[in-house]
Amino acid sequence: MPKLIEMPKLSDTMTEGTLAKWLVKEGDTISQGQSLADIETDKATMEMQSFFEGTLHRLLVKAGEKAPLNSPLAVILEEGETAPDNLDEIIAAAQATANTAAKPAAPASPSSQSQTKSRAAASEGPSTLLPRAPSPNRRIAARVPGVKSSPLARKVAEELGINLYTVTGTGPGGRIVRADVESAEPITAAPRAATPTIRPTAGPDDTRTNVSTMRKIIAERLLASKTQIPHFYLQVEVDAAPMMQFRAHLNQTSEKTTGNKYTVNDFILKAVICAAETVPAINAAWDGDAIIQYKSVGLSVAVAVEDGLVTPVIKAAEQKTLLELSQSVKDIAARAKNKKLSPDDFAGGTITVSNLGAYGIDQFSAIINPPQAAILSIGSIRNAAVVNDKGAIVSGQRMWVGLSGDHRVVDGAVAATFLAEVRKMLENPTLMLV
Amino acid sequence: MPRRITYRDALREAMDEELARDPMVVIMGEEVAQYNGAYKVTQGLWDKWGDKRIVDTPISEAGFIGMGIGASMLGVRPVMELMFWSFYTVAWDQIVNNAAMVRYMSGGKINCPIVIRGPANGGTSVGATHSHTPENIMASFPGMKCVVPATAYDAKGLLKAAIRDNDPVMFMESTKLYGEEWDVPANDELPGGELVIPLGVADIKRSGTDISLIAHGRAVITCLQAAEILEAEHGISAEVVDVRSIRPLDEETILDSVSRTHRAIYVEEGRPFCGVGAQIAYTIQSKLFDELDAPVLRVTSLDAPAIYSPPLEALQLPTPELVIEKALSIC
Repeated sequence: MPKLIEMPKLSDTMTEGTLAKWLVKEGDTISQGQSLADIETDKATMEMQSFFEGTLHRLLVKAGEKAPLNSPLAVILEEGETAPDNLDEIIAAAQATANTAAKPAAPASPSSQSQTKSRAAASEGPSTLLPRAPSPNRRIAARVPGVKSSPLARKVAEELGINLYTVTGTGPGGRIVRADVESAEPITAAPRAATPTIRPTAGPDDTRTNVSTMRKIIAERLLASKTQIPHFYLQVEVDAAPMMQFRAHLNQTSEKTTGNKYTVNDFILKAVICAAETVPAINAAWDGDAIIQYKSVGLSVAVAVEDGLVTPVIKAAEQKTLLELSQSVKDIAARAKNKKLSPDDFAGGTITVSNLGAYGIDQFSAIINPPQAAILSIGSIRNAAVVNDKGAIVSGQRMWVGLSGDHRVVDGAVAATFLAEVRKMLENPTLMLV
Repeated sequence: MPRRITYRDALREAMDEELARDPMVVIMGEEVAQYNGAYKVTQGLWDKWGDKRIVDTPISEAGFIGMGIGASMLGVRPVMELMFWSFYTVAWDQIVNNAAMVRYMSGGKINCPIVIRGPANGGTSVGATHSHTPENIMASFPGMKCVVPATAYDAKGLLKAAIRDNDPVMFMESTKLYGEEWDVPANDELPGGELVIPLGVADIKRSGTDISLIAHGRAVITCLQAAEILEAEHGISAEVVDVRSIRPLDEETILDSVSRTHRAIYVEEGRPFCGVGAQIAYTIQSKLFDELDAPVLRVTSLDAPAIYSPPLEALQLPTPELVIEKALSIC
């Protein structure tokens, strides 16, 4: 068995040493205790003595070279022993161990940390869309901004379903303490009902699957949306025939000229963008004590993916031509399915379009994508008997467009004006091009 | 009528009984034998037990504490008296590097069943160098124990347990408590025939529902006085928890009390910075955060060397008034 002479720890702070001078050469007979080399440490130069006896087979470090603590410096073979075939592997393994120990789990540099973070964010998908909504099943009531309350008061408030905003604090400095909460009246049963106390039971034939990160985020965000945003809903029926004719007309030539085939959704998106420019009040968000009015339209497009959905954003959508828009949608939809979207693709949405027309859904009311103020719900285009402007029943193509609005930001009249504008664009599609 | 004896006599009884129980127990220190102790805690022991068991030492803490530690490693159970705990500094290397570390350094082969006892208190106009209260320092070393009795009953029971303990025990008394009388049953009145209080068990000296006043040593008495006034004048029911030994510490009793009262103040005669109360406040907030109805507060001595002037010195240490003021600020 070959013996490795390793860089010894000659001072308490030493992490590497310099082999100042070899006192032996390859082929020498070595006795135990014999001085092999002079080692220079951070503090002094000391002789290194051999713990082994035998023949010095090979020197691994030249005089003047540095070597980390415990790294192999030389190989000694017993008297009459021949070097094994895998000697190089043994040496390499010892070197690797010493090198790893010399660099103990270096703290990640800021850049590598941020890379890790952005990778994690990318894989989480929708989480980067917008800040996370507070988790609904925290045991302790969250600290209410501007209201001083003790930890115990918050715990009791959660248990009793009491909103701390409704409690007057009598503790030091006006702090709400337990007694204040206990003497307060629960305002409604709602906070209690909101706690997830109704749990399903699973039988032996049922399966229970832990939710993915994406599903958890969808659940949190949509629960927050439906419980925090006062939704209202509008529906309008649109004559889809002009848009369908326009699309057929465009596709006849565009497939040859640009190679692009327009989808029905492209026209709907374009109509929404145009309408949002005409009625900018819809392109806004609630921020507690202010309303943010967006200058540009960030169009979030709901894309169904395996086990969920994502809502990537087409930024500055009002600046895109119909062709650019069509190509952008094809690009993000493809990347969404392949999980190739980056966090940046989820940032900056100001209004969302969800289209279930392809699934044969006529009408629905989508949940707002927080903190946006509106989401469009697009139904399928179907052939229908229509009463035309001459009072005759004719065959036509119709489509329902729904809008879910945040009543804190927009009122019914504004939303109706917006929806009328969407309808006007879809029924007069050439207007989209001017 | 239960028997009443002084804190001083309780300590002497504890040593006398242990001298009788175990021939390896010896008492050593400056003037502990012929002079009966500087504070008369060892009164009469030399007359009763003689030169071999009660030994006067030269005025050299480093020397005689070192001697006691060496003897204890060989099986003797010395009870060493420091005339003032303030003189621990001279013997500090012996205490920390020999007494506290030897069990660990010897791989468990050597233990050190020594007790070092004496008064550790300010408030008696003996100046900054004689008024140290180093229980926080003693308690910070794994390997040694730190016991601080507040009453004669605890002083007797804890000292007997300390002498029987196989690790070094730092036993910290108060000259201001030596003359205080307390109920301490005679041995024939006790079920087991003697009074031994295990180390590491806190004692609820007074039950209450609104706030926990937690303390060690003489500060326990301060808390009991404050609790009476809080009850009588402010209708606040204060519980007083005497930790009795700081290491080992009975966290369970402290946490149980605070989880019932939801408010806590630690009171001690030591200084605030890195004090015992800092450690216990940390423990409370980290384990009972959601049970707290107010921040954990402390009452300590002023963060300054012990003041010599008696009127000013009186203001330096915790008083019932200071405890009441703090309690009212969070109740």
